[in-house]
Amino acid sequence: MTVELGMPDAPTPIDAAIARSLEQHGPKVTELKGKDFKTDQEVRWCPGCGDYVILNAVQSFLPSLGIAREDMVIVSGIGCSSRFPYYMNTYGMHSIHGRAPAIATGLAASRPDLSVWVVTGDGDALSIGGNHLIHALRRNVNMTILLFNNRIYGLTKGQYSPTSEVGKVTKSTPMGSLDHPFNPVSLALGADATFVGRAMDSDRKGLTEVLRQAAEHKGTSLVEIYQNCNIFNDGAFELLKDPATGPMWTIPLEHGKPLVFGPDGASCVVREDFGGLRIAETNQVDPSEIVVHDATREDPSYAFALSRLSSQDLRYSPMGVFRKVQKPSYDAMMTEQLDEARLSGPGDLTALLDGGDTWEVKA
Amino acid sequence: MTGTNPTVAPSNPDGALATTVSSSAPGGLVKSVVALDRVVIRLAGDSGDGMQLTGNRFTSETASFGNDLKTLPNFPAEIRAPTGTLPGVSSFQLQFADHDVMTPGDAPDVLVAMNPAALKANLSELPGGGLLILDSDEFTPRNLAKVGYATNPLEDGSLEGWQTVSVALTSMTLEALKDSGLGKKEAERSKNMFTLGLLSWMYHRPTEGTIRFLERQFRRKPEIAAANIAAFRAGYNYGDTTEAFAVSYEIKPAPMKPGRYRNISGNQALALGLVAAGQRSGLPIFLGAYPITPASDILHELSRHKAFNVRTFQAEDEIAGIGAALGASFGGALGITTTSGPGVALKAETIGLAVMTELPLVIVDVQRGGPSTGLPTKTEQSDLLQAMFGRNGEAPIPVIAPRSPGDCFDAAVEAARIALTYRTPVMLLSDGYLANGAEPWAIPDADSLPDLTSAVAFATEPNGEDGEFLPYLRDPETLARAWAIPGTAGMQHRIGGLEKADKTGNISYDPANHDFMTRTRQAKIDGIAASIPLTDVEDPDGDARVAVIGWGSTYGPIGSAARQVRGSGRKVAQIHLRHINPFPSDLGEVLARYDRVICPEMNLGQLSLLLRAKYLVDVQSHTQVSGMPFRSAGLAAVIQDAIDSTTASLNGAQQ
Repeated sequence: MTVELGMPDAPTPIDAAIARSLEQHGPKVTELKGKDFKTDQEVRWCPGCGDYVILNAVQSFLPSLGIAREDMVIVSGIGCSSRFPYYMNTYGMHSIHGRAPAIATGLAASRPDLSVWVVTGDGDALSIGGNHLIHALRRNVNMTILLFNNRIYGLTKGQYSPTSEVGKVTKSTPMGSLDHPFNPVSLALGADATFVGRAMDSDRKGLTEVLRQAAEHKGTSLVEIYQNCNIFNDGAFELLKDPATGPMWTIPLEHGKPLVFGPDGASCVVREDFGGLRIAETNQVDPSEIVVHDATREDPSYAFALSRLSSQDLRYSPMGVFRKVQKPSYDAMMTEQLDEARLSGPGDLTALLDGGDTWEVKA
Repeated sequence: MTGTNPTVAPSNPDGALATTVSSSAPGGLVKSVVALDRVVIRLAGDSGDGMQLTGNRFTSETASFGNDLKTLPNFPAEIRAPTGTLPGVSSFQLQFADHDVMTPGDAPDVLVAMNPAALKANLSELPGGGLLILDSDEFTPRNLAKVGYATNPLEDGSLEGWQTVSVALTSMTLEALKDSGLGKKEAERSKNMFTLGLLSWMYHRPTEGTIRFLERQFRRKPEIAAANIAAFRAGYNYGDTTEAFAVSYEIKPAPMKPGRYRNISGNQALALGLVAAGQRSGLPIFLGAYPITPASDILHELSRHKAFNVRTFQAEDEIAGIGAALGASFGGALGITTTSGPGVALKAETIGLAVMTELPLVIVDVQRGGPSTGLPTKTEQSDLLQAMFGRNGEAPIPVIAPRSPGDCFDAAVEAARIALTYRTPVMLLSDGYLANGAEPWAIPDADSLPDLTSAVAFATEPNGEDGEFLPYLRDPETLARAWAIPGTAGMQHRIGGLEKADKTGNISYDPANHDFMTRTRQAKIDGIAASIPLTDVEDPDGDARVAVIGWGSTYGPIGSAARQVRGSGRKVAQIHLRHINPFPSDLGEVLARYDRVICPEMNLGQLSLLLRAKYLVDVQSHTQVSGMPFRSAGLAAVIQDAIDSTTASLNGAQQ
């Protein structure tokens, strides 16, 4: 008897349910409109919250991925952003504070046929859930993590977060916060994430482009989305959003293009000693010195250097895809191991129970 | 060779039946064979001496010979404490018999001590007159000083109360391996196999299994395999020819139910039960686990069975382990997490989420001594109340417990049945004693195991009146909610930790709904009682007035104690619980039948508390938290006292 690689032993109840569903509902519907992803649930974020913009952008761009709604699962933790699944007509789980990447890992690893998304915030992903985030990234499980960074705790009404700037005055830090913030992109690259991007909530075009690439990436993708909390941290990203200052401080990342930015392309990024990068005036350097963005570099140190260009006041913020490299995804490798284990056929329970030294007691 | 007692008379320290037959051994030595009905042997040595391996091999030989047996491995949490010190002593005890045995024995009949530390740590438990076998080579001034022996016990007469045989185990092993090409240090490591050979001769054990095992174990290092086999044979032949041992012992096979048997540990049986649950439900298995003593062997075992559609995930922490398992359950797999008490504490919040999302999940807690890090390698039953109540909010979950190593298999299948049928997290409480202990196990017929396919019914069609899918619409009988998995069209829904509206599962803050849902979740768990057997009572005469009730691994010691009590002409009923939440539906009535109910536990009275609270029964709690299992003699005395005082007070009342 020969067994083909990848042949499942017998259809599981999961396979049977999906087959039955196809019989009952016909082939999967993948030609959808943005409104098909809306649910009947009233959206309950504060009026003016950046989350609305992100929700709209996600719902509008999802049809372009060609994924059936039933094949998508959104897992979230706790926080304002984590209400996201309730508003998406897909499968979803609103789980526990910080644990969404862990829950999504089990789902994605056992169901590689699904498109698994995590929606999280700066407190959820970087504070209480920091451990799960870095391990999800290093494992490279196939999932897309949207990290809504508003640099504040909103749902608990305004305490500083792990991305708040030093000296932040909040209810819990009346004399200013003391701890140094995480740079989520640097953190993700430190965990050797295979896809790391950053986008602005209000930049529909830029956000959609990063999300599209993240969704298409095999492995874990992390997208940091700067998101305005108009109640507790209003204007946190104004420096980058204001048409007067935004272009000056934003470094758009386009693969294969020189890193030139600012009004009239006055600024650029050049190499520095010890492998770092620095900002220069374009007319002061030889064009050959200007770095041409390459998101596919295997070594994460270039992308890391990019992430270090910005300081906590957000000046010189690169926006776009920092890193996009191909590595085998955890779920695919796990499936391969199962296939390999079944090369000589599916497991035989009788033989397993019988294993080892046995003896017979006669009647 | 030195010895305080060069030849050993027939050993029968505890009144076990013995008959002596003389026979002639090679070399004209007259050796006698004594028939015994049971023996308890304890092997003790340094952590590096391989006592656990030696014990396991002797167990395998004994099991395949056909004796019934129970084992008790006992080792320190330190992987290698300093050589020759008391904290580094590791031991392995087994009782084997020509009849069914329920425990590894209260005290050893035979103690093998590989060094002074092993002697010092164990001698107090060897009853006077017991057989003591020592490695004389290890009784050096340096080793004696390490454990505070001022004089050498081999020479100072302090061992006169025992039948002491000191054997130069190390030097004889070296002598046997002098042509093996191995260095002294390496050759010395085979002394455990020399010892095993000697014991195999003493107790007429079959040796082929051990030789096959050594060949298999060291197939990549044939010279090591050869050395171990040579040492093993040398030990056997030494026993056969030496004058030091004039007697060997015969323990006839125990009558056991016909069938095919293997020797199995609790962790192994539990892992196989989980594989079987996957096969019998058709579902893929997903184990999310973080290494922890004494549960890690379940992770190791399951990770070897990928061919059974088993995925194992070593998570970054306990929380991620259960989180991933719950995520897999959401996708339609049977999610499992395995841990010990400290891990359960970390998993509490996710168990609550599983209660709220009403997804199947099996949580295995191999209990160890607590609190905090406690005694990682020792046994205890002190997580019962944590299992019952260790979560925020009203978060009831079923709790079940196996009673013996082999029973871990059935308990695992039962845990999966409840989890799948009722869409609930289930807590399976094993413990260190069951996990590492072993016994002969009648291999079940795979096709006769419970069929769990009907427990899995994925919804694929809307169940609402308006053609919508209602994830919290319940089966009227089990109260299990409808379970639709991602990938099935038209059934998209969102679940989570926030309170659910009845039927729709949408977020609801409505007071009446929360009250209803809280009571419904409780009613679902209570309703499981309808699917479990009535209380298991063992009362041979049917008219006992004192009952002893237990749960989990105390089954053996309690059962053995009950036998001793009955042997003295008294009557006692033994009640043992597999299901602790919910209890069997008739448990209250059953308890009310007795004048006295005694509840021995390896905690400070956790089951007693539950029984008293639920049934208003004046349960007499008897507790021990030494990290070791109960001794049946101690339990028998407690039961006997209870019976005698009950009878006395009743007689008094009648006068």
